[in-house]
Amino acid sequence: MHMDPNVSPIIAIEHLSFTFPDNTVALKDVTVDIAPNQVFVVFGPSRSGKSTLLRVLNRLSDLSEGAQRQGRVFFNGRDIFSPAVDVTELRRRLSMVFAIPTPLPGSIFDNLAYGLRMAGIRDAQTIERRITRALEQAALWDEVKDRLQSSAFALSGGQKQRLCLARSLAMEPDVILLDNPTSGLDPLSTATVEDSLIELKSRYTIIMVPHSVQQAARVADRAAFLMGGELIEAGTGRQMFANPKDRRTEDYVVGRFG
Amino acid sequence: MTRQQTNRLAKIAISLVAALVVLPTVFVILYVVYNGIGVISWEFLFTAPRSGMREGGIWPALLGTVFLTFGTAIAAFPLAIATAIYLAEYAGDNRLTRWVRLAIVNLAGIPSIVYGLFGLGAFVLFLNLGTSIVAGSLTLGLMTLPVVISTAEEALLAVPQEFRTVSLSLGATRWQTIRHQVLPHALPGIITGIILGLGRAAGETAPILFTVAAFYLPELPRSIFDQTMALPYHLYVISTQVPGMPLSLQYGTALVLLLVVLSLTLVATVLRTRMRRRRQW
Repeated sequence: MHMDPNVSPIIAIEHLSFTFPDNTVALKDVTVDIAPNQVFVVFGPSRSGKSTLLRVLNRLSDLSEGAQRQGRVFFNGRDIFSPAVDVTELRRRLSMVFAIPTPLPGSIFDNLAYGLRMAGIRDAQTIERRITRALEQAALWDEVKDRLQSSAFALSGGQKQRLCLARSLAMEPDVILLDNPTSGLDPLSTATVEDSLIELKSRYTIIMVPHSVQQAARVADRAAFLMGGELIEAGTGRQMFANPKDRRTEDYVVGRFG
Repeated sequence: MTRQQTNRLAKIAISLVAALVVLPTVFVILYVVYNGIGVISWEFLFTAPRSGMREGGIWPALLGTVFLTFGTAIAAFPLAIATAIYLAEYAGDNRLTRWVRLAIVNLAGIPSIVYGLFGLGAFVLFLNLGTSIVAGSLTLGLMTLPVVISTAEEALLAVPQEFRTVSLSLGATRWQTIRHQVLPHALPGIITGIILGLGRAAGETAPILFTVAAFYLPELPRSIFDQTMALPYHLYVISTQVPGMPLSLQYGTALVLLLVVLSLTLVATVLRTRMRRRRQW
């Protein structure tokens, strides 16, 4: 399950288990490495633990009070659960885009500036520069450059999702966590978002829960197949979708279940 | 009778009963307006009572009620908001929060005269504040806490959970999230709750009886440690304690009290409607 030994992983997950307070087991002994500057796809049937895995990586999982976690996660070699880790800083390094586009109330500009302001960045020029670049990277700049002060709720679904992507990019993170970012989007907007992802991986590591197996196959450099909280297999995108080793992966990829 | 006829009949009967509820309200208001409107004048509103309260106006009582309403707001606001934020944002479901909630529910059920006695014991005597605007405001504030806390908590919980999740995921701390993404959106609702609570406080007699209200005090209070007259207690006094009191003055006082309370409710309602209209999600 390990990747190219010459590249040190940006994220190393070791024997990670996660159980919700109601005793639902979301992850069972998951071990996998994630290389930098790749699109890493986590796919599998619903309730297989994909979203939980993403949420553990930036510790949004801390919000489920009373949940049990075992195992360790290393980000750039540091244990993210060590008491010395500043959770807010971790969440700035690993920024999440959610399945349902969720603008915050306020203008487009306010949305993009929010994370920066909360991080203590006050300089208007810095904020403006980072916002402009983030909007360009998310392929939204041309559509909103003349109305940055209008409400973020007035955007279309696809624009909202790219706004959320841009909001994460403005943080200049190392890793972008995408939890089914195209779930509510039409095929055209989906294609726009997918194209921007492939552009982005030169600068960022992208970990993504895809909308479908087809999408997974389109964007994955590497992929991990989860089922019932267990990691069934992980490998390169090409191998996983053309030539899976495990019977269950094959059944899922060709659509025998799921 | 067919089922449809029964259905129609039931609907008519229930609507009629519901309409009946409006009648007492309208009747009380109209009756007080009819009997009281005659004495309302500049002089009635803005001069002190004279001749053993049988003549003159209600200015000290009106102003006293305004002071007490502000005092109540200042006393209740910080405590209520802090409690509501704790309950809605920080507290989970544990033994402490269950006790806090139980206490709030019971606080709402305590008769107002008991608040009055408690205020006398705790604020007037034990804290040695004397019968004063401070003591009265604290007592009224305590009484309005449950209403304000529960409306504030509701307003906080009405802010969509996703705003909190998104804010945290962008690296904001818990407090930054509350401060920037929860409180601003909950504030109109919280203020509505406070004004409704104040509307009730402004009209109460029992809690101010032993803590602040003066029987007859034509001078205006000079500090928050002075006694003051207040409209509800003044109305009680001129209705029961003063022989030979002209009825029109009693109705005039009742009308002013009613207007004070109703205008507070009106402000709260308008605020809530405007907030709902401006909400973006």
